Amino acid sequence: MSLIKSLSQRDRVFDFMAPAESPVDVRHGPILYMEDVTVSFDGFKAINDLSLTVDDGELRCIIGPNGAGKTTMMDIITGKTRPDQGQVWFGTRHNLLTMNEPEIATLGIGRKFQKPTVFEALSVFENLELAMTADKRVLPTLFARLDGPARERIDEVLEMTGLAEQRRRPAGVLSHGQKQWLEIGMLLMQRPRLLLVDEPVAGMTEQEMERTAELLTGLAGKQSVVVVEHDMGFVRSIARKVTVLHQGSVLAEGSMDEVQNDPRVIEVYLGESEEAA
Amino acid sequence: MWLTQPFNERSTQLFLGVLLAAMTLVTLLHLVVPAGHPLHVNAYTVNLFGKYLSYALLAVAVDLVWGYLGILSLGHGAFFALGGYAMGMYLMRQIGDRGVYGHPELPDFMVFLNWESLPWYWQGFDMAWFAFIMVLLAPGALALVFGFLAFRSRVTGVYLSIITQALTFALMLAFFRNEMGFGGNNGLTDFRDILGYNLRSDATRLGLFLATGVALAVGYVVCRAIVGSKLGRVCVATRDAEARTRFIGYRVERFQLFVFVVSAMLAGLAGALYVPQVGIINPSEFSPIFSIEIVLWVALGGRATLYGAVIGAILVNYAKTVFTGVMPDAWLFALGAMFVLVTVFLPKGVAGLLAYRFKRRRNDADAQEVTP
Amino acid sequence: MRNFPWPWPTLAEAGRCRAQWWARRWLQALLAGLLALLMLILPPAIAHAQDAERDTAALELLEALDVDSFPAKGEAIDAIVASEDDRARYWLQSLLDGRLQRADDGRFVVVLDNTGRDWPVEDALNGEALGEMSRRELDRIGINNALRNQLRSAIAVVDLYAADLELRRASAERLLGEVDSELAEPIAAVIDEEADSRVRQRLTLALAIHRLEQGEVEAVETLQGSLHSRVRVALNRAASSDDPLLAAAAQEAVNSIEQNLRINRGLETLYFGLSLGSVLVLAAIGLAITFGVMGVINMAHGELIMLGAYTTWAMQQLLPGQPGLALILAIPAGFMVAALAGIAIERGVIQFLKGRPLETLLATFGISLILQQLVRTAISPQNRTVVTPEWMSGSLVVNDALSLTLNRMYVLGFTLVVFAALMLIMRRTRLGLEVRAVTQNRAMARSMGIRATRVDIMTFALGSGVAGLAGVALSQLTNVGPNLGQNYIIDSFMVVVFGGVGNLWGTLVAGLSLGVINQILEPWAGAVLAKIIVLVFIILFIQKRPRGLFPQKGRAAEG
Repeated sequence: MSLIKSLSQRDRVFDFMAPAESPVDVRHGPILYMEDVTVSFDGFKAINDLSLTVDDGELRCIIGPNGAGKTTMMDIITGKTRPDQGQVWFGTRHNLLTMNEPEIATLGIGRKFQKPTVFEALSVFENLELAMTADKRVLPTLFARLDGPARERIDEVLEMTGLAEQRRRPAGVLSHGQKQWLEIGMLLMQRPRLLLVDEPVAGMTEQEMERTAELLTGLAGKQSVVVVEHDMGFVRSIARKVTVLHQGSVLAEGSMDEVQNDPRVIEVYLGESEEAA
Repeated sequence: MWLTQPFNERSTQLFLGVLLAAMTLVTLLHLVVPAGHPLHVNAYTVNLFGKYLSYALLAVAVDLVWGYLGILSLGHGAFFALGGYAMGMYLMRQIGDRGVYGHPELPDFMVFLNWESLPWYWQGFDMAWFAFIMVLLAPGALALVFGFLAFRSRVTGVYLSIITQALTFALMLAFFRNEMGFGGNNGLTDFRDILGYNLRSDATRLGLFLATGVALAVGYVVCRAIVGSKLGRVCVATRDAEARTRFIGYRVERFQLFVFVVSAMLAGLAGALYVPQVGIINPSEFSPIFSIEIVLWVALGGRATLYGAVIGAILVNYAKTVFTGVMPDAWLFALGAMFVLVTVFLPKGVAGLLAYRFKRRRNDADAQEVTP
Repeated sequence: MRNFPWPWPTLAEAGRCRAQWWARRWLQALLAGLLALLMLILPPAIAHAQDAERDTAALELLEALDVDSFPAKGEAIDAIVASEDDRARYWLQSLLDGRLQRADDGRFVVVLDNTGRDWPVEDALNGEALGEMSRRELDRIGINNALRNQLRSAIAVVDLYAADLELRRASAERLLGEVDSELAEPIAAVIDEEADSRVRQRLTLALAIHRLEQGEVEAVETLQGSLHSRVRVALNRAASSDDPLLAAAAQEAVNSIEQNLRINRGLETLYFGLSLGSVLVLAAIGLAITFGVMGVINMAHGELIMLGAYTTWAMQQLLPGQPGLALILAIPAGFMVAALAGIAIERGVIQFLKGRPLETLLATFGISLILQQLVRTAISPQNRTVVTPEWMSGSLVVNDALSLTLNRMYVLGFTLVVFAALMLIMRRTRLGLEVRAVTQNRAMARSMGIRATRVDIMTFALGSGVAGLAGVALSQLTNVGPNLGQNYIIDSFMVVVFGGVGNLWGTLVAGLSLGVINQILEPWAGAVLAKIIVLVFIILFIQKRPRGLFPQKGRAAEG
């Protein structure tokens, strides 16, 4: 029944006529859908038969020991790495495997890297300006001028991330924590439907961590957020649903308590814990 | 308007001011001060300055891609030479029947090779407007095709440098062949006049010098406008963190392509102005060494400043003129030493030294000129 | 001192009986001298008597040449050949060259040099130098074209009886396609007595060509399978003969030979391709280490190759007359010189530019300019000659259509040895392990006690040393000059990039295949165009597969 509906839907609304603001169709399912994805590097399977779904507006935490494939998973979603097999859909309409990074980004998937990457030679303000949703083709970019509302939005994010005083300084001189914030700020400027956040609190103080938790939980609902994190305390403070990755596939999924009591998870973490310590 | 933006910048105002002053000074010293007076600038020197200015424009073009886009092109000599050849072909056609063999249409070397008629790609070069368009189009088209392939497959960094070098090397070999129809080893030479003016007259030389100065000014302003725009900031972003730039939604390869083509066209323009002033264009302009030398000018002057490239080009070429006159053997030693010393001890070039002196007066708003 | 057998008296003795001693000495010397003189004169005198008879016969033979009729001269030539005189070849050759002349006094002489006004001559009978004679005193024994051909054949036949194997071989080679009815008989007689199989085979072919020319169809069978160009010419001629049977047989033989030739030509192209490829590999393999493994762009790599080549030259200057020994010693010496230069470059410049590959490229390019100019100033801007030792010159003849030059074969073998050695070092030694560790994770390697700086130096020295080895090998194939390195640098980078950076196997495969591709294209497109095509091909290839033929995969490769 729903299949027929979606087909008729497609007949009526052509892809190119879809509203630019929200091209993602999430009426019939999750915002992110991965099925049987496998990637191998020189025979080593970094991702092995991974299936994962993230609902619209959800805040999902992904944990797992080193080498579990967390970063590779993000690479696949953002188009940096192509899987050997499997499917990755954004909403029901967009097959991410056929798109490149900028297309995926424009579609509304934002990513924060494990190591904070900001444009060090540009000022904080310019970093945010570049990230802002706009016509990102070549000539429009060449002739682009900042209008009032755009400036307001940048100011708004500067306030939100506590970087207002640093706006004119080159991003390269910021502290590690400030760079993390700037990167989150750039994500906010993109207004993504789905945020992929890789280890957001590494190098942050206790206080900054609290603010980050606040920000991320605040975003959830309007936007979907996927957080990869090692810091269990932080995960506990924000997580509603947790997915445990191990050796490239999903080991367990559920609330933090359920996951922590799962015997397989305990085994993996205890087995690894000696090494990790 | 977008192009007028640079005129608000102090550095552009200063640059244009100095350039205008220099051009006026040279003109006055040439025309007003009588020959024989120690301050008189003779036609030969005017010609030399004109050559320096075309090199400066070339250096600006290289700085645009290397300084702001992070693409170290070791093949910009190819674009310069292509522009030069386009101009050379026009000048060849202007010779008409005054060549050694007196053929009304064919250049001497074609008569010598027993060619019957003009090859198709020589058609149209008797018309100045067509030739001048080709000066921009030929290098632009090469840059477009090459850049499209290279940037699409994300060939960057050292790899790109090496294949740009291979590109210019391949072109050099190709242009050395007589069968290409560009005069082979000897290239194109024995030009007589341009737009009806005798190339050997002092007035034409002064005119070419001034035209090159104007071209440099225009090229500088265009580059400045690009660099100062949001597109310029995307370039810098690409240079420093290419993957990140993609993830915020920019099709990096298109930006790279755009700037690369603009730069190639400017290089072609520089080549076109260079050829009538030196009176010859031959395949040696394609040599990989020349292309690397251009990069040295930029490195010495200071990367990612544009005016630094101009300073570097003029300094190195002035040094070359002096050295090759006094002790030709020492020039390559000096050039080699410059490469080493500049990269190791002067990573920001002369412009970096200048900037350091004025640092106190600068405010944080100029932050975009900081190189990593 | 006293016990030492001193040939003359001590000073004290000399004071007493000096005069006496001198007189005795004089007599002894005189006697010995006379005796010696006798010994010198007597044996030749005896020999002379024996030779007199021979010389009379010889004079008769030569006299027969000095007639006006050409047919008579022809008979005289035959007589000389039949005489089996060991001077026969000398006479015939002189006659052929127009240097056998008769002096006014009736003696036969051979003119040694006929450029000046007076010509130095020697006696045709005993080779005695007779000083210079005026042109007017001499009378040339003239020959015509028919005689010239006869002479050539005659000389060849005479050579067939020579004791020297090389002479016999050369002669047999010359006879191919030159045999006429008169020669056929003596040749047929020689074949059975000939010990050397090669000479026998050549003579058989020569006879068969003759028989083919006479219209014998059976001769085709003998000629079949030979790849010699003369055979092909003869068969082609026979293929258009009037005799349909002969024409058909010959045509068939020609076809099969053509087929065979194509295969051999293919093999030759392959050989030259592999040889060119081995040079590319040798030049590039050092880069594969410094660029591929360490990520350092060394534009002065070509000049390190040049240093290796100049080391070979210098070794040969130090050991004059022993080019082979010098070449062998140049292998370790070239390695050391280039490695030390490499270390100097690494310590002096590259270490300050870590993590700035583009700046490294520029700085090392500067170094390459300096090194080139240094060689130009200190040695010479001209090319230097490096001698190829005897055991490396010449070629290995597989068959008539395929001969493989030995120097290229040595270089090919040398390349494979160097490659194998490098593989061993990288895979099996502590250094190789440390290099790989430092490459993959510098900080981690350091924390495990690996001295990364030392590893850098060692790796760079190794890569540079291999460049030196390449130079030693190249000195045997090309000119040694200041531009030697420059000519290889772009090609070397292309090979490394084409093969996949960081992969030694890739470099080997890429180098060899590029060499072969180049050689295949060359006859079809010309040398320059072939090179252009290869360059364009690589440029396009890199755009299709930016990481080369054998890319490194995985997260580490993303850098």
